[in-house]
Amino acid sequence: MTTNELLFLVFAFGLIAWFVGRARAASFINADTPIINSLPNYHGWFSCLWAIIPPIIFLIIWSNISPALVTDMVLANPEAASITADTFSRSAILSEARAVANGSNQALFQEGSEKLVPLYAEAQSYYNSIALVATILLIFAGGAFAYTRLKPNFRARSKVEKIVMLGLLLASLIAVLTTVGIVASLIFEAYRFVTLVSPIEFLFGTNWNPRDDIVAGEDNGYGAIPLFWGTIFIGAIIAMIVAIPFGLMSAIFLTQYSSPRFRSIMKPVLEILAGVPTVVYGYFAALTVAPAVRDFAVMVGFSNAASDNAMAAGIVMGIMIIPLVASMADDSIAAVPGAMRDGSLAMGATKSETIKKILLPAALPGVVGGILLAVSRAIGETMIVVMAAGYAANLTANPFASITTVTVQIVALLTGDQDFGSPHTLAAFALGLVLFIVTLLLNLVALRVVKKYREAYE
Amino acid sequence: MNNTIDPTPTDWNSPEMQKRIAKRYASEKRFKLMGLSAVIMSTAFLIFLLITMLGNGFSGFQQTNAKLEIDFPSMTGGASAQSISGDGADAAIRSMDIAGIVAIAVDNQYGDLAKDMDQTLFSSGADRRVAAMLKADPSLVEQKVVLELPADAAIDTAYKGDGLKKAEELTQILDEKGLLTTEFNLSFLTGSDASDPAEAGIWGAFKGSLMTMVITILLAFPVGVLSALYLEEYAPKNRWTDLIEVSINNLAAVPSIIFGLLGLVVFLSWFNMPRSSALVGGLTLALMTMPIIVIAGRNAVKSVPPSIREAALGVGASPVQVVFHHVLPLALPGILTGTIIGMARALGETAPLLLIGMRAFVPAAPSGFSEPSTVLPVQIYLWSDEVSRAFVEKTSAAIIILLLFLMTMNAVAIYLRNRFETRW
Repeated sequence: MTTNELLFLVFAFGLIAWFVGRARAASFINADTPIINSLPNYHGWFSCLWAIIPPIIFLIIWSNISPALVTDMVLANPEAASITADTFSRSAILSEARAVANGSNQALFQEGSEKLVPLYAEAQSYYNSIALVATILLIFAGGAFAYTRLKPNFRARSKVEKIVMLGLLLASLIAVLTTVGIVASLIFEAYRFVTLVSPIEFLFGTNWNPRDDIVAGEDNGYGAIPLFWGTIFIGAIIAMIVAIPFGLMSAIFLTQYSSPRFRSIMKPVLEILAGVPTVVYGYFAALTVAPAVRDFAVMVGFSNAASDNAMAAGIVMGIMIIPLVASMADDSIAAVPGAMRDGSLAMGATKSETIKKILLPAALPGVVGGILLAVSRAIGETMIVVMAAGYAANLTANPFASITTVTVQIVALLTGDQDFGSPHTLAAFALGLVLFIVTLLLNLVALRVVKKYREAYE
Repeated sequence: MNNTIDPTPTDWNSPEMQKRIAKRYASEKRFKLMGLSAVIMSTAFLIFLLITMLGNGFSGFQQTNAKLEIDFPSMTGGASAQSISGDGADAAIRSMDIAGIVAIAVDNQYGDLAKDMDQTLFSSGADRRVAAMLKADPSLVEQKVVLELPADAAIDTAYKGDGLKKAEELTQILDEKGLLTTEFNLSFLTGSDASDPAEAGIWGAFKGSLMTMVITILLAFPVGVLSALYLEEYAPKNRWTDLIEVSINNLAAVPSIIFGLLGLVVFLSWFNMPRSSALVGGLTLALMTMPIIVIAGRNAVKSVPPSIREAALGVGASPVQVVFHHVLPLALPGILTGTIIGMARALGETAPLLLIGMRAFVPAAPSGFSEPSTVLPVQIYLWSDEVSRAFVEKTSAAIIILLLFLMTMNAVAIYLRNRFETRW
């Protein structure tokens, strides 16, 4: 029996336990005891939880240790002792025999694995029957324990609610676990990278041309400065030149000038712009915008303009960011107290003078916070740059040249046929760590700025 | 104190004052116009994008067929309709060497033309089409018939008006003879990835997307709702709670590619889960979607007025009963709206899935959660990388389908919000 089938069995018995517990509680109600402490349903849940939680915990542990137990039993057999001692081919033979024994694979390629298949099948059926017996024992032990505790005055509800609260707490801890997982995996892999390539070369080198054969003390082509520059140039400069004026002016027009009707139509339209998947933007940038930009560049005299130029990626990324900038600006302008605006208008200033001299300066911290968030979003954006910007690491300020970014290189480094310990793969994690830290800092600063500014007017 | 106030009022009608006012009004008008043009330009970008995709993608739903005359009786040596019907039909048809028959028929009918132009006429899917036709109507095998079979991608593209010069000449010759027809490309909706653009379809990727979404919603929705309830209703104010809140807010802003790195290390390398499977894709996207659901859920729970809770507590409900019997049902529309928006984002996500290996060439629809599969956005990315021009329309057509889906999801979310959300 596989773990899934065992789980199914557990849940089936859990359902039975629910009904039995409920029926038992209902039978307590009679003329002598018209009221019992908890509703019958709670008694049902109490029995059900006791019947399923212990075996589930057992199965989780079991599914982690049983493969090792099975392998040990196979290797203990004298026939298995004859296979090669080389660790790598040995594990290949073992995993193949296991796959065939499970029925998930038909063909055998490794020499010597065919005689292991029956051994595997035997070991597996041995441990599977142990698991089955243990699971059923746990179900019945838990169920019986719960059953004996059911009494008219038993506080089933508070017991069940305690478990519910535990479940809620565990659910909210998953977010913390994810964060820890991200930090741990990035730092772990980045540390392995740093043991191969000096961090000085990585952070301050200007030559990005990763080599697989690392020579200590030499330039191995892991200088990430061109990538950092490309990321900043596309995400924080070109994209922002597009996004800030359009986003800000759209927000101003929609909040200050437009009729409510026009606003109610245009706001969702801008939100659609934010909802278009990035792969669509990327395709649009590569197919339509990039050739147009190149033709334009050639027309104005940049004869060496690349077809995968930074400009196209930056412009399209800027368009994608417009709604984000607009909604942040919208929020911060709306938070400026009406008295300031009314005062300015009463002094005879025109609407645009009020906006330029009163509203915008007052809303500036909020707008800046929004722009920081937009920058953090832009530098982490992947698909647009993967599809429209290039793979060549050029340290140049020419917007019509091919420029690569951190995210492009992460994708490029990880999608080859690399194995997990090669400096190529590890470099991707080091880049990921830098990206994570930078976006994290930008977000923290932005949120703090926005929060401080909101408090100032409250 | 010589500083007396000048009693003369401003002469608003004086020419310089009039000029100044006119200037200020002009600047006002300019500013307003700038705002309007920003809005219009942003909208124009969107419309331009949609029109480009529609224009390119529309032809992706069509398939050019060319006519082919096949003389079955002479070529099969007189196979009968009975021999390829009934139980053994599939095996009998397979044993007929249809590829050979089609090749000979093409040679007979188009021989010189195709050789002159050095251009294949029919897609490699033509053989399969003939086999399917024979299966549907075995009596064809006793006749000399003219079949409409899918043309080669180069001819297809040329017939739609965007081909290479040579293919266009050939297409013109064929068209003058009335040999080319167009039909709705059903195989695009039912097929999977293929190296021949005429055979490529999106069903495989679509099914992969659906399976990934199932895993995502099964994990992200319960966990997201439960954490939202815990944080909003029960969590004590202490360091732990702050830590949870900070993590959730940060996770919502972490670039999606970082989740791909996490999935690669944790699920593939540490837990040895199957590479490029819908299971790992769904898990990765669930971690990404969960914070969005938590944030939306907290706002929805927060908007339920305290009077509801107090009334329930007042009639003797326990804190858990208050939340699960009263607060959660009232907050559910808001939570669902947030969930759909989060799912729409996950459905359009590409980068993390590329990293966990879902960019593999998958020529058949996945049959299980641990089978190699791909998803719609990744399929779009893979096709966009293809050299053949015929993939341009396929990519755009796939984008149309993806956008249609996302817009439907968002429309449902807006409908739910308007229909069920109560303003207290």
